[in-house]
Amino acid sequence: MNSTLYAAEIKALARRRFSSDCLTDPDHTITVDNPLCGDCISMDLHIQDQHIHALAHRVRGCILCQASAAIIHTAIAGTPVSELQFIHNCMLAVLNSESSCTPPSGWEKLHLFTPVANYKSRHECVLLPFRALLTASN
Amino acid sequence: MIAEQHAIRVQFPILARKIRGQSLHYLDNAATTFSPQVVIDAIVEFECSYRANVHRGLHSLATEVTEAYCNARLRAARFLNAAGPEEIVFTSGTTHAMNMLANALGQTLGRSDEVLVSLTEHHSAFLPWQQICQRTGAALRTIPVDAAGCLDFSDLDELITERTRIIVLTHASNVTGEITDFSDIASLARSQNALLIVDGAQMAAQGPVDIGKLGADFYAFSGHKCYGPTGVGVLWGRGDSLARLTPFAVGGGMVESVTLERAQFLHSHLKLEAGTPPIGQAIGLGLALEWLMEQDLETKARRDKHLIDTVIGRLRERPGVQILGPAPGQNRLPLCSFAISHCHPHDISQLLDERGVAVRAGHHCAQPLMKQLGLSATTRASLAIFNDQTDADALLDGLDYAIGELS
Repeated sequence: MNSTLYAAEIKALARRRFSSDCLTDPDHTITVDNPLCGDCISMDLHIQDQHIHALAHRVRGCILCQASAAIIHTAIAGTPVSELQFIHNCMLAVLNSESSCTPPSGWEKLHLFTPVANYKSRHECVLLPFRALLTASN
Repeated sequence: MIAEQHAIRVQFPILARKIRGQSLHYLDNAATTFSPQVVIDAIVEFECSYRANVHRGLHSLATEVTEAYCNARLRAARFLNAAGPEEIVFTSGTTHAMNMLANALGQTLGRSDEVLVSLTEHHSAFLPWQQICQRTGAALRTIPVDAAGCLDFSDLDELITERTRIIVLTHASNVTGEITDFSDIASLARSQNALLIVDGAQMAAQGPVDIGKLGADFYAFSGHKCYGPTGVGVLWGRGDSLARLTPFAVGGGMVESVTLERAQFLHSHLKLEAGTPPIGQAIGLGLALEWLMEQDLETKARRDKHLIDTVIGRLRERPGVQILGPAPGQNRLPLCSFAISHCHPHDISQLLDERGVAVRAGHHCAQPLMKQLGLSATTRASLAIFNDQTDADALLDGLDYAIGELS
């Protein structure tokens, strides 16, 4: 079961390095922690016309947290700010094994975290970057 | 040796559990350890045979339960080699005890006073004093640590001054495993009339503590780390010092008289046990402490040292491993906290669980220490009396597996 938790695609996402981990003159910057383990993510956003124009992040966390942040980083450009709460809810639905949300186009990789549903104590690892995104955009 | 260890292991029914179809290798004892059958039986007997409230009733069950509860206090006093049961108060655990002390003793603190804590303190010992200092204006000073997280006593003469009113220090660190040498600090505390409060949460699990030799004024520990139930702990205070504390909580069972205008509290340690105490848990804890004192603790200490030295030695052979705590050969608790580069403790812990190995991953409720060491989390393996070579081997094999999976 854990081999699915740490599937090759999750590990590859976690290892992925992006061209820059911070933005020049971001509109919003936020740092959030997971109080359970001390994991931490910082996120910079550029927002134009109520759409996410650019994002950079710095994460100190486990593989699940890093992979989650990488999915956001990859899919976020052009996303309306008004859609972020729905995307967060989709992530939550995947973790709760609910089929109530279908992720928008470009966010299909949220389903990579389906096996995490069985590990309640790891949900926050996946959700931390989404919480950062919501907080930063608000 | 194997037969002796087997005789200990069979006393812990939970060790028969399977985790994902595999034998349980429980190495999270510094967080909570298991209870032997004798303790479980004592709790069941309380629930089935004489469950009632203590101190107040005249009926048979009340008499029996009061006697059992008083015996538990006697057992706790014997465990600490205390002068008597009046030096013992049952709490809900070390956190409760530290909050009780901070609230009572904090009332006497002012802006010119200092409280000294160490950077290795568990949040349960650190936060009550941080908060009381913020409230009273007293200064919170810290004993620093070295690069391995061990206490640095080199500036103790400057840290303990005539302004120092209270010193709070762990008997043994839940993160580094370092066992504190109190000889200098206790005499310095005495020379400055500072109270020395010791967090014994980790050390009590190793066996009885000779409280007189330690030089402490107050000592606290929890039941769940020393083979007793959860939700119960012990606070010891020297002489009549408990009776002189202002109660943290007020209510039934701790008053001499109550009128509409005022209340007169008991002039004894019992005024600190407001309300119905954790009766069954205290009885179970008393049995656990007595059981622990009956064990061959010298053999346990030798076995613990061998196992933890084996684990640390094998970990040191691996590249990218940082081990916290005392250098090899130095005295330490049977626990090991470590960080492995490019492998997050949560991921390691998750993969070890797949092999039935239970360890702790995180900041271990010691964030100031973690920050000082530049770490967000470590993996911690901690031993108890029932652990054996198979547990150490399962941990090391599991780490090989986890590192392979994560790299």
